[in-house]
Amino acid sequence: MTTGSDDTMMLTTPFHSRIAAACELNSWGDWMGYTTPNAYTDVELEYFAVRNAAGVFDLTPMNKYRITGTDAEAYLNRLVTRDVSKIGIGRVGYTVWCDEAGQVMDDGTIFHLAENDYRICAYARATDWLHWSALGFDVTIEDETAEVAALAVQGPTSCAALTAMGLVGLDQLKPFGLTEFDFEGEPLVVSRTGFTGDLGYELWIAPHKAEALWDRLFESGEPYLIKPFGTHALEMARIEAGFLQAGVDFMPAEEVVRNGRSRSPFELGLGWLVDMDKSVFNGRRALQQELARGSRYRFAILDVDGNKPANHSFILKGNKQVGTVTSAAWCPTAKSNVAFAQIEMPYGAVGEELVAEIYYQRELHWTRVLAPCKVIDAPVFSHPRRRATPPGNF
Amino acid sequence: MKKYDAIVIGAGHNGLTNAAYLAKAGLDVAVLERNSYIGGATVSRELYKDWTYTNCSYVCSLLRPEIARDLELPRHGLQVVPYGGGVTFKRDGDYYGNYYDHNRQYREMSRHSKRDANAYERYTADVMKQTRLIRPFLLKRPPDPTSLKLRDLRDLADFAGSFMEMGERGLADTLKFWTKSVGDYLCEYFETDVIKAHLGGSGIIGTALGVFSPGTAYVLLHHYMGDVDGNVGSWGVARGGMGAVSGALAKSFQAFGGEIICDADVDRIVVRGGKATGVALKNGDEYHADVVVSNLDPKRTFLDVMDVQDLPAEVVSKAENFKIRGSSGKLNIALDGLPTFHGLDKSSPLMLGDMHFSDSLERIERAYDDWKDGTWSKDPYVDMLIPTQTDPSMAPPGKHMMTVFVQYAPPKINGGEWTDADKDGFEKSVIDQIAAHSPDFKDLILHCETRTPREIEAEVGLTEGNIFQGELTFDQLLFNRPFPGYAQYRGPVQGMYMCGSGTHPGGGVMAAPGANAAREILHDLRKPSTVPGGYADD
Repeated sequence: MTTGSDDTMMLTTPFHSRIAAACELNSWGDWMGYTTPNAYTDVELEYFAVRNAAGVFDLTPMNKYRITGTDAEAYLNRLVTRDVSKIGIGRVGYTVWCDEAGQVMDDGTIFHLAENDYRICAYARATDWLHWSALGFDVTIEDETAEVAALAVQGPTSCAALTAMGLVGLDQLKPFGLTEFDFEGEPLVVSRTGFTGDLGYELWIAPHKAEALWDRLFESGEPYLIKPFGTHALEMARIEAGFLQAGVDFMPAEEVVRNGRSRSPFELGLGWLVDMDKSVFNGRRALQQELARGSRYRFAILDVDGNKPANHSFILKGNKQVGTVTSAAWCPTAKSNVAFAQIEMPYGAVGEELVAEIYYQRELHWTRVLAPCKVIDAPVFSHPRRRATPPGNF
Repeated sequence: MKKYDAIVIGAGHNGLTNAAYLAKAGLDVAVLERNSYIGGATVSRELYKDWTYTNCSYVCSLLRPEIARDLELPRHGLQVVPYGGGVTFKRDGDYYGNYYDHNRQYREMSRHSKRDANAYERYTADVMKQTRLIRPFLLKRPPDPTSLKLRDLRDLADFAGSFMEMGERGLADTLKFWTKSVGDYLCEYFETDVIKAHLGGSGIIGTALGVFSPGTAYVLLHHYMGDVDGNVGSWGVARGGMGAVSGALAKSFQAFGGEIICDADVDRIVVRGGKATGVALKNGDEYHADVVVSNLDPKRTFLDVMDVQDLPAEVVSKAENFKIRGSSGKLNIALDGLPTFHGLDKSSPLMLGDMHFSDSLERIERAYDDWKDGTWSKDPYVDMLIPTQTDPSMAPPGKHMMTVFVQYAPPKINGGEWTDADKDGFEKSVIDQIAAHSPDFKDLILHCETRTPREIEAEVGLTEGNIFQGELTFDQLLFNRPFPGYAQYRGPVQGMYMCGSGTHPGGGVMAAPGANAAREILHDLRKPSTVPGGYADD
């Protein structure tokens, strides 16, 4: 890292000089030991930059691991639940990985950069687990978190703004595609990925080019109404788009102390990421047993009546408590009140009507409401531009 | 000709809302629109290539979130994006900035007066108390205080309960708010001219009254009682212009099986045996229906598309005396770039909001004097925005669209019709005022659409170009809107209803009148209501 130092408690990312200048609210948070902006000017306006124009988010603190070597594919296939052989060169795959008990350790993305060359982006620190799983495989594992600076550029004008910066032909990049451009003599890797559920890209570059990239991006993006956004606006966007957050919507299995507090992919609504056709992968046997025996929980997206976000609510069926809410938000683009809940089986099937027990405070006065809610079958925000190639302007 | 269950006259936002709720209840509904395009005053049009104008209404806050959610307007293409800030430029080169962030706002106000900055907190709390009183009644029909019907008595009890909860001081404030002038009201809190002028502007928008005319404090409240995503008092722009509101409502209506017929200019509502049976168009076509709903203003409804002989004399007389005075005009301007304003950085968040040049209440009052003199204001009050700083979809990248709401513009010039020369004079007074604060503004103008009350009435059909379908004064609010005895959306003829902004809760792109009227129509048809209840405001 160029600007951070191990002598300080909080590290900074290579974009810090630019972020600090733009962070008018001076509102900072801690992401894996890095100083990151909660918000720059106003959370709502930043959220709307993502949904209405283009928003820029510094995701450098994301844990990044480079996996190389002749066994890289076989190793990853053993590690994660998806079939990695189906992620071609120049493609990105979203996946989860489990412990031997079939409990989700983390979710993340696998970038297939070149032959026998992958990058894993993960929420949790995974060096130990990655090495642990590498026994018998000819792979090299390198933590490159500090060696790669990364920006997410998300929103309807993101493609136009990046094209204006010189990334000609970017409009041909398909969702979960990966490509490389030259940026002032350095390779700039661009993937059509993100955590907002909108049209968007992620840019990966060497740290010494980070400030130049930021400057060029904001200069070219100005006519496309580009704005930086912080973690609070990201939180609104990801809930609206139906994305789980590790540490919030599930506990990474390795961190769980109390028995039964971890979850399997099926219990998180991520069964589609599990390829049981693969003969071997971490947790396969336990997941096979779970499929035969049935899951304990079900992940549900709830459409909650009224306008009070159901944060930390209990979910009731009649008088019986059948679940709890992990994330909740009023979604300003979808104009709906959404909650993610962990519901005990057999409850929580799509279409089921439940009740959220919501507590909220106004001027020191607490009120309890029992808001009817319904399990819905899809996230409330889904726009065709996210999938379209070319995505079109705006 | 085909017979419908219901016909709605006018595809403005209230007509479409009303029609959507009737169609949602399973009724076979048609909306008839005089123009070749829908929207009424909630419209976006491309009058200059690659520029979308938000031709009439231009910002959004009052639109009821319950309706937007219930009719799935986001899925049908509506996105309301809040804008931060606002600014009033002063003649001395300084400005007052209205920041979105509370503490920054305090600092900016303190630059002008520390006492005002502190008083603003008291002011905000007092205004919020009043919005809390009125907001729960927006999605309800106004109770008739003279009725002994159970529904009215129950609603009245609710209303009285809310009033009593305010306490004596709160009640006194309420009466003050509903009767005082905005100027007098603001003088109770603030000492700085430019701050009073900045806040006071919303007390006269759309109203043929001055800042010192009694009743204008309520108009300020009317502009304050909306919200964007729960932030009461916030305003936003609809992505793609206000036409996105009517467009989404139309799609929602059509998804329920409704039919929109454009170029259908209604000549009259046909009444047989004291009952509305359909409408006749100017081209001779007739459409039959059991229910006919007018989204037109009360004057157009009763004095134009209804036959006087079908109406009680009392209604005719009330319609004739209904206060619906033209007071405003509009400029929509295509700009080759973002203009520079004296003293303000182009990247300032203040540029994103509403901009004004009237730096004292005195100047706004003088602008009103011109209206009384039968001419447009030589030094007008403008409510100006450049929404393309927020919305990338309305002009090419780097180019901009400016919407300038202008007050005052009388419906007639010295008793005569507006001429093209008058229109040019009106336009010039506005452009000169903007140019006095922006050196490059005139050079950036690519195209300008100027709308005086003459154009607004001719194109949208609003009598005298009054944007609210009738003045928002206390004598024309609640159970008096449009007139006593007819405030529950039912017309004087069986099967005939009103759903426009001329009914409770009044003007602005709120969609509440349309929804409330649908609830009453379904009640009369003994069908379950499809209209959602309001969110609790706590």
